[in-house]
Amino acid sequence: MTITGSLSYIGRNTLFFLTVIGRVMLFASNTLRHCVTGPFYWRELFSALVQIGWLSLPVVGLTALFTGGALALQIYAGGARFNAEAVVPSIVAIGMARELGPVLGGLMVAARVASSVAAEIGTMKVTEQIDALVTLSTNPMKYLTVPRVLAATLCMPLLVGFGDAIGIMGGYLVGTARLGFNEVVYLKYTVDFLQIWDVVSGMIKGAVFGFIIALMGCFYGMNSGRGAQGVGTATKSAVVGASILILATNYILTEVFFTA
Amino acid sequence: MIKLKNVHKSFGNNHVLKGVNIEIKKGSSLVVIGGSGTGKSVTLKCVLGLVTLDKGSIHVEGRDVNKTDRDAFLSKFGMLFQGGALFDSLPVWQNVAFRLLRGPSKKLHDEAREIAIEKLRRVGLSRNVADKFPAELSGGMQKRVGLARAISIDPDIIFFDEPTTGLDPIMSGVINQLIREIVVEMGATAMTITHDMSSVRAIADDVAMLHDGVIKWTGPIADLDHSNDPYLDQFVNGRAHGPIHAIR
Repeated sequence: MTITGSLSYIGRNTLFFLTVIGRVMLFASNTLRHCVTGPFYWRELFSALVQIGWLSLPVVGLTALFTGGALALQIYAGGARFNAEAVVPSIVAIGMARELGPVLGGLMVAARVASSVAAEIGTMKVTEQIDALVTLSTNPMKYLTVPRVLAATLCMPLLVGFGDAIGIMGGYLVGTARLGFNEVVYLKYTVDFLQIWDVVSGMIKGAVFGFIIALMGCFYGMNSGRGAQGVGTATKSAVVGASILILATNYILTEVFFTA
Repeated sequence: MIKLKNVHKSFGNNHVLKGVNIEIKKGSSLVVIGGSGTGKSVTLKCVLGLVTLDKGSIHVEGRDVNKTDRDAFLSKFGMLFQGGALFDSLPVWQNVAFRLLRGPSKKLHDEAREIAIEKLRRVGLSRNVADKFPAELSGGMQKRVGLARAISIDPDIIFFDEPTTGLDPIMSGVINQLIREIVVEMGATAMTITHDMSSVRAIADDVAMLHDGVIKWTGPIADLDHSNDPYLDQFVNGRAHGPIHAIR
């Protein structure tokens, strides 16, 4: 490839990337505007709460359980190098509440929800159901996007709180059954070292991640290409986009919450 | 009633509509015919506001559709989509009563259900179908449900997008007959796009032929077979040779 060809390739991709960012920002601002202006579709919101929140409990719980257990083993092994095995309960609790609970929970929900939302809305677009909504005097943003974005934003903090509790329990089970910690001492260290802000900051992250997950699912679904390939691409892009945004936003929020 | 004047629409370098002029009289049924990819669906979507015009104007009852309140405008419309476009997540009766369960035409739940069942009966479907989901129905039944949804609020204007595509000849005949009956019974203005000539003969009062982005011929259904228009003749008689080039 010539230098001109390479530069043109880089320029095209940069422009494409900036265009996508601009379109996502516009979609987000439109979504926020529709979130505060009626009409509201309460039945769809309730259905989205069940689909996104309630049905994500098993995947978030299992992820947190195994992560908490593995974390306990790793911290014990690392702590043993300088006789600091006792930090296992506090580090598991802080690690789960501040970082692993929201991030891993967010990534798992992104995989589950962003993909299903993008596929569902993408299929609706391909089969003209979105056009049908418009002809039935119903705004697709209000009917499809707002309930899902609100539900994900409301549910994710609760899912993160649930994941934190299960993750800490995973650490407790491994700590007491495998590593020889006393049950009461483990719980005491957990409670003593964990601060309210550790949990609240994680839940705030969860709310932001929930917004991102549903937004990306809806954005790529609404902009899906034609046919099965178009819906497949939309689904993949929604999960990849949501995951990268979650990780990037997590870094920014951690900077804001804990170093500012 | 509906007047399209010099309507242009392009998608990138693809100039789909290059100055379409159509006029539909109140209470009449116009069928737009033309080959695949000639812009029939785009024309219809332009009227509904699903696609924005590049140039030209569309007036419905004397009002420019781009300058009127969209919800009020659409409240007069019913539309049957090519694939039915039924909402998979809703049972059949809620599909039919979609407008009656929300928005300005909102009715009580039981009342909306009864209206939906009455509309289903009108298109030849029994009460038993009401609680099924669209995926449980055959193609012909889905078309009927789509038709029931299109007439749920007794619209003044109904659009039919390829109403018989994918149906066997007998079911096509049934749908054509239903469309004709309903349009006459309701006194609605109808616009249908199709390339199925049996639909054209069953549904149309007037016919317009769209080719290469413009209306090549328009006239009453009675003149269809002796128009002396080479484009229309080739299309109506399904000839491979003529002014319309077919890719072989």
